[in-house]
Amino acid sequence: MAGTALAPAWGMSASPGTSPALDRGGPAQPLLLLSGLKKHFPIRSGLFGATVATVRAVDGVSFAVRKGETLGIVGESGCGKSTTARLLMRLMEPDAGSMVFDGEGVGQNAQTGGITLKEYRRQVQMVFQDSYASLNPRLPIEESIAFAPKVHGVSASEARGRAHEILAAVGLAPASFARRYPHELSGGQRQRVNIARALALQPRLILLDEPVSALDKSVEAQVLNLLVDLKAKFGLTYVFISHDLNVVQYISDRVLVMYLGQVVEQGPVEAIYDRPAHPYTRALLASRPSMDPGMRRTEPPLTGDPPNPINPPSGCRFRTRCPFAEGICAEREPVHSALGGGHEAACHMAEPGSGHSQAGRLAA
Amino acid sequence: MSEVMERPMTATANATPLVTLRDLSVRFVSRDATMHAVNGVDLDLAAGEVLCILGESGSGKSVTLRALMKLLPKTARVTGRIEVAGRDVQAMSERQLQDFRGSDVAMIFQEPMTALDPVFTIGQQIAETVVRHEGVSRAAGMARALELLELVQIPSAKRRLAAFPHELSGGLRQRAMIAVALACKPKLLLADEPTTALDATVQIQVLLLLRKLQEQLGMGVIFVTHDLGVAGEIADRVAVMYAGRVVEEGPVAAMMRGPLHPYPRGLLGATVHGGMRGQRLTTIPGAPPSLEMLPTACSFAPRCAEAELACLAGVPAPRSPVPGRSARCIKVAAG
Repeated sequence: MAGTALAPAWGMSASPGTSPALDRGGPAQPLLLLSGLKKHFPIRSGLFGATVATVRAVDGVSFAVRKGETLGIVGESGCGKSTTARLLMRLMEPDAGSMVFDGEGVGQNAQTGGITLKEYRRQVQMVFQDSYASLNPRLPIEESIAFAPKVHGVSASEARGRAHEILAAVGLAPASFARRYPHELSGGQRQRVNIARALALQPRLILLDEPVSALDKSVEAQVLNLLVDLKAKFGLTYVFISHDLNVVQYISDRVLVMYLGQVVEQGPVEAIYDRPAHPYTRALLASRPSMDPGMRRTEPPLTGDPPNPINPPSGCRFRTRCPFAEGICAEREPVHSALGGGHEAACHMAEPGSGHSQAGRLAA
Repeated sequence: MSEVMERPMTATANATPLVTLRDLSVRFVSRDATMHAVNGVDLDLAAGEVLCILGESGSGKSVTLRALMKLLPKTARVTGRIEVAGRDVQAMSERQLQDFRGSDVAMIFQEPMTALDPVFTIGQQIAETVVRHEGVSRAAGMARALELLELVQIPSAKRRLAAFPHELSGGLRQRAMIAVALACKPKLLLADEPTTALDATVQIQVLLLLRKLQEQLGMGVIFVTHDLGVAGEIADRVAVMYAGRVVEEGPVAAMMRGPLHPYPRGLLGATVHGGMRGQRLTTIPGAPPSLEMLPTACSFAPRCAEAELACLAGVPAPRSPVPGRSARCIKVAAG
């Protein structure tokens, strides 16, 4: 896959500490492997700050990001997709679970065969939704882009030269844009700067958290095209988080559907969109407004809002809104059942012999 | 700009339209600059009709909506004729406006948390509106509030009457705001992106609810959105705005099938939908123009692939190739 082709594509002078990281584990080794990730936030109250409840924001999430792919993560507010993003960047420490980056444990030291957090963060970069809030308003954009390479030991002049190259790569002519401040740019241009800044450290994985959600449709398409181009040019791997199901379908190779802090279904994009197995995924896809006025519905696919992650329902968390819920769904948490071709769903109906009256109907 | 004054050909040749806008212009004047937010908008809305104003940020869609209720700040210079339910909105006094808002026209917003008062319960807020406009007793107001919460399909409505806005989920809050807006049975409901901040499964619930209520109550609705899918779900007619002007107007199905103007055509091409995987997205190059100067030519010409010298000669007048549809583009055949 893309890993070994990385170095020439960058076409920049390599200096120690910031040269493009090479593929270590080989193409079959997932670039990032998360297992059993948990993050709970205590809600404290009263004089002594006693914990009165716990928000189970991310509750046992496991998935792999393969080299060179785009993994889309979809879900509604409160499903834990943004907390997952922050855990993935190690902007917060997980309460439980492990992360393995290209075969090396994240946050361990070099002696025990791991990758340090500093090195991990150089190889994994993030682009945020709010293009204005994520740039320093007092720095010209070339300084923002050159900042991280300088922290990692690149000389000021070389970092600036590299910033200009990357600005050109994201479609902003350095001669007219390099010295501008964020407020002098449009939303789409600012998001290009954020992408350029993420590229400045020559990362292998870029985490995009709702990168086009704040943009107008005509600009959204420009940025999506740019992301596709950059991925091919630099051999990148993307994790793309969005609530927009159409955008995720367009850009992703594989899709992960989250509900109340857990993964309910994952698989190749065609499987998820053509043969969704989990009732939540089906409802989510059916909720997309149709552009054809002749296809209007009269009944919404789901009623009610997603429940609060403070006290999630027992057993299957979707059962309170699920039209197929039965007794077993309240008693036991569903396991991830394989449906073939890397497609899996956490639903009792997908698991033969689970005790649900429609069990195994979906099994491969 | 005499051609701008021409009446667009609209489908609904209703004798007494609910809303009539003629040559509406809104400028925001400050010490440093003048922003030409709306530059000559003509629109008609028949009673019981749903019109979607579609446009990107800065196109003037929300400003047009607020002008209909005279909600713009003091810095706004509004010219043109605004008639709602046969009354001249521009000429109304503050006192007349207080009666007009709520009973004739009501508005719902994108963010219910800022539109609802955080220190009063949902029931109190609805009852207050009813008491103020209809002069009924507090108890009758509360009884109406309960009816309205049931109308907008809030589960266990009786209990929710005593709930404060922060105690409700996003979808319920949006329903509560719709209940406040409908409290005095307005003839016209103005909706400013009311479903944009909602989750996908909740957005479709609120859209279907709005359409059902509109049919049930026979209201006229002007719905502002940037989302083509939302327009496809709710609109009868669509007006596409760009740089403060309506560039295309017509029935929603015809517009979605084949837009006349290059801008909505580009917008449709740039909107990601199913089955586009692996294809390169068509984009509209560049960005919308600055509104500091009043455009003297077609505002879309700098981004338009089909632009020619004649496009810069003046602001294109609306042309109507088929009855009920019109577009401001010189390439469109006049009817």
